[in-house]
Amino acid sequence: MAQMNMIEAIRSGLDVTMERHSNVVVLGEDVGYFGGVFRCTDGLQRKYGEHRVIDAPIAEGGIIGTAIGMGVNGLRPVAEIQFADYIYPGFDQVVSELARLRYRTCGDYFSPVTIRTPCGGGIRGGQTHSQSPEGIFTHVTGITTVMPSNPYDAKGLLISAIESDDPVVFFEPKRIYNGPFDGDPDKPAVPWTTHPKGEVPEGYYTVPLGSAEVVEAGQDLTIITYGTLVHVAQAAARLVGVDAEIVDVRTLVPLDVTTLADSVRKTGRCLIAHEATRFSGFGAELAATIQEECFYHLEAPIERVAGWDTPYPHAFEWQYFPGQKRIAAGIRKAMEAG
Amino acid sequence: MATKSRLHIPHPSARPGDTPDFSYLNLSPAGAVEKPPVDARTRDIEHLSVDLVRVLDDDHQAKGPWNPGIDAAALQIALRWMLLTRVFDERMWQTQRQGRISFYLQSLGEEAISVAQGMALRPGDMCFPSYRNQGLFLYRGTKLVDMMCQCLSNTRDMCKGRQMPIMYHNRRANIFSISGNLGTQYPHAVGWAMAAAIKGEDHVATSWLGDGATAEADFHYALTFAAVYQAPVILNVVNNQWAISTFQGFAGGERRPFAARGVGLGIPGIRVDGNDLLAVYAVTLWAAERARRGGGPTLIEQVTYRGGAHSTSDDPSKYRPKDEWAAFPLGDPIERLKQHLIAEGRWSDEKHKNLEKELRDEVLAAWKEAQRSGTMTEGPFLDPSTMFDDVFAETPAHLEAQRRQMLEVEG
Repeated sequence: MAQMNMIEAIRSGLDVTMERHSNVVVLGEDVGYFGGVFRCTDGLQRKYGEHRVIDAPIAEGGIIGTAIGMGVNGLRPVAEIQFADYIYPGFDQVVSELARLRYRTCGDYFSPVTIRTPCGGGIRGGQTHSQSPEGIFTHVTGITTVMPSNPYDAKGLLISAIESDDPVVFFEPKRIYNGPFDGDPDKPAVPWTTHPKGEVPEGYYTVPLGSAEVVEAGQDLTIITYGTLVHVAQAAARLVGVDAEIVDVRTLVPLDVTTLADSVRKTGRCLIAHEATRFSGFGAELAATIQEECFYHLEAPIERVAGWDTPYPHAFEWQYFPGQKRIAAGIRKAMEAG
Repeated sequence: MATKSRLHIPHPSARPGDTPDFSYLNLSPAGAVEKPPVDARTRDIEHLSVDLVRVLDDDHQAKGPWNPGIDAAALQIALRWMLLTRVFDERMWQTQRQGRISFYLQSLGEEAISVAQGMALRPGDMCFPSYRNQGLFLYRGTKLVDMMCQCLSNTRDMCKGRQMPIMYHNRRANIFSISGNLGTQYPHAVGWAMAAAIKGEDHVATSWLGDGATAEADFHYALTFAAVYQAPVILNVVNNQWAISTFQGFAGGERRPFAARGVGLGIPGIRVDGNDLLAVYAVTLWAAERARRGGGPTLIEQVTYRGGAHSTSDDPSKYRPKDEWAAFPLGDPIERLKQHLIAEGRWSDEKHKNLEKELRDEVLAAWKEAQRSGTMTEGPFLDPSTMFDDVFAETPAHLEAQRRQMLEVEG
């Protein structure tokens, strides 16, 4: 075991997979010589060469489009889109091509592309470096959508993603790259060395796709969340003093309904939290699913806490971000009702 | 020049009722354009992007340095594939008109491109087709009956009823899946070619799109990536003058040829007579050899004419002169190859008629066979529960649940 932050864990995941499979290649803007703007590919080009860690032109549609062609020709491309906010020029290639290739050819062709992309706010990134567009991708059938919340899961899920024969969009919440941020920007940053999931095996292991995790057991209510907000929700529950069960979704598609529903059936109350905008957000799908599965166990309406339905405003970042206070208010509402 | 700014709206040279006018096409005489060595520097051969490589002249003789010297027996086979494509298209068009398939799209007038390029490429070379490359599917060994079954969405459909007609693929023949979204296959071809180079193989990727689709971002992404990595890829712009109702000027073809799009990136552009099987073959072979020797990509503009409607969904008499194809200076590719073989003493009108009859019989027999696997109205029918397969490598729980739900409700 080693101590790793999320960047080191992702880099290690890439390294281990590239060593294990000679057909894994990495491509993206600044990923090669420089090692990526967030350093997730640092040193990989030196180790694996320019044919396997490829600096790409600034053309997200071209990166995803050519990655699909590489995948058809037997490679396992890992494409990095520098910010999730930049992914839209490649959206047609994801939706119309990558997601449906296996389906439209009845399995004769497929392309096992993994798209890694940093998402989320809290880094003074304004509206073009803070978005959480996971709900746009979960709506596209044929795509596995992943968002880890800690270094251990990030590495294990990334290895599973690269080895999967299905295309995966892998969201990396960049605010927690360096530490488990609890939603309070005024507190000093906490490193991953303080967190048990900062302990990461140096070698090969996987965390299976399609499985959620109960990160904190509790009896009073279930908080279903993922990414940065896993840590914010834990802090908010402590703030309120409630015995919450925190479930980290980890893989949004395919969704581990069993783990989510089992928890809500046990606690009878449910709060859903994500950083992305609320309207038609992934939380709506989660709420609908919990309602279908657990209606007769619910003692209160399902509560949702999300980013406001505005673009991510630069100067009002902390009023936008669904932090401890907003989640705590949601918890109180869910606890008082019924 | 005007004295104030203006908005230019491109207009085609002729609309319905007008006399067709192709004076805008820059035509070089057959045999007039030099053939550079395959390792020529791009800057030394820029003129190829504005000239027009032609081999067959108006007297049906093969002329000049690009004459590939294909023997007559091979040309007879090429003629057969082109004619088969046309006869197949005719049959499927009628079939759609009779309401037996939902949609069709023919390649009338563009048959030389698929067949010539099929001949020039090696089996290991990968093809990323557009929707007007049916001749390539046939040439590479896709059975007529399999293509018909795809159009019928019947029990033998390679796509299991998931794709509208003509969206074929053929894995064994190294032909990718046709997309209804235009131009998306271009970056795939470049990525495939990059992977071939990464793996140290000497296979070449090829792709096609129309003049209209050059306006798509994917065209420009593909060209940039092909140039940056010198990918072994042949990118074809099939300039058939029309994108449904808008002429090639609406894709920016009024001032510079599409072949010249590559020049700014250092990609050789070659403008070729797309209705001249010999010229298309020679140019493709040149580009493939250049790619195999590490010379990188070539952009080929195939100058041709869309002889029919865009698809069964539009009526071209509403937007262009009815007799425009007859006035097209590069003629009909099948007629030109036929006349060349006749001029060489290796073909005759009678043989041509007999071949046509033979192919019609072949297509009719395939059509009868195809219908035995089901039609839109008569069984056997595909099992609708298969619609949930292949969304993912393994069907996840929520799709299995929907499959059960569908079967409960729909029976």
